[in-house]
Amino acid sequence: MRDSLTDNTYDIKAEGLGKSFGPVEALRGIDLNVESGEFYTLFGPNGAGKTTFIKILSTLAKPSSGKLTIAGHDAVKDPDGVRGVTGVVSHDPFLYENLSAFENIKFFGTMYGVQDADGRAVELIDRVGLGKRMHDLVRNFSRGMKQRLAVARAIVHDPGILLLDEPYTGLDQHGARVFGEMLSMLKSDRRTILMTTHNIEEGLDRSDRVGILAGGRMVYESLREGLDREAFREIYISRVGDA
Amino acid sequence: MSKVWAIIRKDIVTELRTKELFTSMLTFSLLVTVIFSFAFGFSTGLVRLAVPAMLWITFTFAGVLGLSRSFALEKEGNAVLGLLLTPTDRSLIYFGKVIGNTIFVFIVGMIIVPMFVLFFNLGFQGTLLPLVPVIFLGSLGFVAVGTLFSAMAVNTRLREVLLPILLFPIIIPLIVSAVKLSGLVLEGKPLSEGASALQLLIAFDIIFIAACAVVFEFVIEES
Repeated sequence: MRDSLTDNTYDIKAEGLGKSFGPVEALRGIDLNVESGEFYTLFGPNGAGKTTFIKILSTLAKPSSGKLTIAGHDAVKDPDGVRGVTGVVSHDPFLYENLSAFENIKFFGTMYGVQDADGRAVELIDRVGLGKRMHDLVRNFSRGMKQRLAVARAIVHDPGILLLDEPYTGLDQHGARVFGEMLSMLKSDRRTILMTTHNIEEGLDRSDRVGILAGGRMVYESLREGLDREAFREIYISRVGDA
Repeated sequence: MSKVWAIIRKDIVTELRTKELFTSMLTFSLLVTVIFSFAFGFSTGLVRLAVPAMLWITFTFAGVLGLSRSFALEKEGNAVLGLLLTPTDRSLIYFGKVIGNTIFVFIVGMIIVPMFVLFFNLGFQGTLLPLVPVIFLGSLGFVAVGTLFSAMAVNTRLREVLLPILLFPIIIPLIVSAVKLSGLVLEGKPLSEGASALQLLIAFDIIFIAACAVVFEFVIEES
């Protein structure tokens, strides 16, 4: 069914995407299509190439080969077009430690060209549940609070596509639960979400489709629907071991 | 323009809170000035000739400390990646950083001059006001090149060593011009007597600001 979809229905379309660092091939001919509004989770062990893939999708790195289109923008020829429609949440918060939550979101709003950056910052900081800490410095925030604020930073320009690179890293149980609720909220906004993780429990919950990246290659793809958690765990171990 | 101003404002607010750049630059400058004054004693004819060079040695070494710290702050929490994710022309980021750093380095320069006057008992004739444009132009050229190399060095393990090694050979023409012009001012002579040095200083600033703004994109982004 998905093969019959036209290119325009895909928010993320990667064809034969490769990335080399000298003699080391981090990504080898990745083909991936993510539909508009879809939540796609890409699993893989450490060193599989997940972060490199997200860096290329977000234009922080250039592919060595292949073609990448994000919401119709060629990622190499039109990186600013891609940056304007994507938001990124990583394991690092990408926030200024010595600015307050409000100052951070206002700053990034300005850099994204948001008209009312002040108003947008207040709205988003409230939305991620940090309204009472709005004027506190980020350096005084817990890891979980920083990650929630990182979500506010990532959606300050209301992007249609969110790229999440191991966003649960370093979160305690409470932090992970709160962050999970935020992901549900983002999914209900009908944003296209691509998340990478090595944690099967966190990754499967909200996904519409899943894939496994190992040794720089896509070794498995499936719809989430009908996919049993234990069966997927077996598939994961087997595919990662083979790669 | 609002993006450039946002970067400048962010850097100023951060510095007002942390005082990391000013504290390191001013403490270093004070220590070097005191060491120079003890080493050479009060102003004699020979020492007086060397004061402009000592002034700019102190100024540039203190500036290297500030520039090194400037990009290190961007790397905390990988905030610089958040900045690079925005659809912002990389040259605007460069200009924002250059203007912010020039303000800091210029202020430090304006504090170093009275320190030298005090410690070396410089009984100069005329006014020190002509030193203001010299220090400004010197700061601007120094920061223009230094910001580029600071961005380049920040990802390396030896950034504190790499930055001065890369920076100092490039800024030799700037230092030579600035020392000559500062010497003229301290002798109470008009800047017009060093017109060629002034032209070189201005040309250095224009050429390196333009060149570094173009190259910055390739330095700050991964290939």
